[in-house]
Amino acid sequence: MSERAGERVELTLPVEIRWHGRGGQGAVTAAKLLAEIGVAAGRHVQSFPQFGSERRGAPIQAFTRIDARPITLYSSIREPGVVIVLDASLLALPPTLAGLRDGGLLLVNAEPDEFEQARASLPDACRVATVPATRIALAQLGRPMTNTAMLGALVGVTGLFELADVRRHVEAALAREHSEQVVAANLNALEEACRAVSGN
Amino acid sequence: MNAASERVAITGNQALAHAVRLARTEVIAAYPITPQTSVVEEIAGFCADGLMNARFIQTESEHSSMSACIGASMTGARAFTATSSQGLALMHEMLHWATGARTPVVLGEVNRSLAAPWTILTDQSDSMAQRDTGWMQFYAGSNQEVFDSTLLAFKVAEQALLPAMVVLDAFVLSHCVEGVELPPQPLIDEFLPRREAEISLDPDDPHAFGGMMFPDSFMEQRYKIQRAMETAGGMIVEHAAAWHELTGRELKPLHEYRVEDAEIVALCLGTAYGSFCAAVDELRGRGVRAGAVRMWQYRPFPARPLREIIPAGAPLAVVDRAVSFGHGGPVAGEAKAALDGHAPVCGFVAGLGGREILPETAAGIFHALLENTAEPDRINWVEVRE
Repeated sequence: MSERAGERVELTLPVEIRWHGRGGQGAVTAAKLLAEIGVAAGRHVQSFPQFGSERRGAPIQAFTRIDARPITLYSSIREPGVVIVLDASLLALPPTLAGLRDGGLLLVNAEPDEFEQARASLPDACRVATVPATRIALAQLGRPMTNTAMLGALVGVTGLFELADVRRHVEAALAREHSEQVVAANLNALEEACRAVSGN
Repeated sequence: MNAASERVAITGNQALAHAVRLARTEVIAAYPITPQTSVVEEIAGFCADGLMNARFIQTESEHSSMSACIGASMTGARAFTATSSQGLALMHEMLHWATGARTPVVLGEVNRSLAAPWTILTDQSDSMAQRDTGWMQFYAGSNQEVFDSTLLAFKVAEQALLPAMVVLDAFVLSHCVEGVELPPQPLIDEFLPRREAEISLDPDDPHAFGGMMFPDSFMEQRYKIQRAMETAGGMIVEHAAAWHELTGRELKPLHEYRVEDAEIVALCLGTAYGSFCAAVDELRGRGVRAGAVRMWQYRPFPARPLREIIPAGAPLAVVDRAVSFGHGGPVAGEAKAALDGHAPVCGFVAGLGGREILPETAAGIFHALLENTAEPDRINWVEVRE
């Protein structure tokens, strides 16, 4: 296993994460998996999709709160500490970066060169990490379903949870509905993205 | 937490389904509707996988679901259904029947606005419209409370012989994943043993339910329903104490946050409470003694606990997520009557059709009280464009 390229971004609880993807890319599933991992780790969590009618390909949001204490606030996350973008084309839409806190983390599924064009429009104070999650997903799964890769990247860049714990949980969660091959491919995507994520 | 409890990450709808499973519910009759569907999908899965020894009936409408539950309940079975919005409205006739026949059916009600126009998002207009049907109503504030309330609902319903509704916000809870503690089956069995119905349909000992009643007896039957509601209030407190003993978790008519010394208070039902608590902290940081109350038990209406909690003379904002058109918010009207001569009440309507009640929204309501811009005799509409 090679060392991950970028610097680690330390997160302190409570953490508020906003996921941006397109319907069908798995953002809601990723948020749900992260909540399950958080509960297994003894945290208080909330994960919920943006409320409305979902359509494949349309921009969607999902939200995750992680805290050491019980969470009482149920409103959507307006000022996230972490924004995770499963589809780099969404960076052009105003809601994607709205409210990202100073010093917050922006984690984007993008090839490094593809991302350079978007970089100019980003807030100065945010920290950025990229991961070629679509390439990884296509190689491992044969389709551009990036949720497990993005989870791996989040773990790689933040250390929010231990990779071994995440791996074990994702394996158990996916095994409920998927074949051994699909589970194995997702675990490969998770680990590869964890290594490949690069910060700056 | 009970040491043998299992903590799982599940949605509010799944929390309902697990409560129904652990209650050893015997008959589930339901018809799917967004956002309730995953409640009965999950239960259907439990039945198919042999995790429940129950009869699952997919009916052709909600009216039939409630009818089937009433029939099942009359045989002495523990019966459950779940619905939302239009589905609850379609059940209306049979909701009255369940009460009149004194069948302790439990209903999971995922709060969704009523059409027209179509929407699938949350407000409380569907359940509030059923407030005169004689059903107990418990409004959950978290997925854990959805689970806990459902078991308490069965317990009290079967003792009081009144049906009960467990109410949760659409999507905000129904589709939100949270950690929920599921106690082990023996603990649930201890709290909620198998139902022992005093009177039930039995082919070997035929009786009729719901026969004709004339003026010499009908009114007494209604009087008994009201008496049962009044008695249920005490049963809720008693069984909530037993639940607390077993699980360490509280169920109570009213939850309060920094109310004791408050000079202004806001009251709501459901998950909006978190936004009011956040606004309370923010206002107290600036020297304003604000407080918040969440009403979990709406029927029977907790008039006495409300008078005990609200400081005398402190203006109270009652925030309804429903409108009784031509009058005002349903809870506001009832709170006003309960607090007559004790504290002034202003009724607010907010968060209809899934519009979020944010901490800023809550702060705006407190400011209207503080600055005396809220009107006591009309609906104060929150964040509405004219």
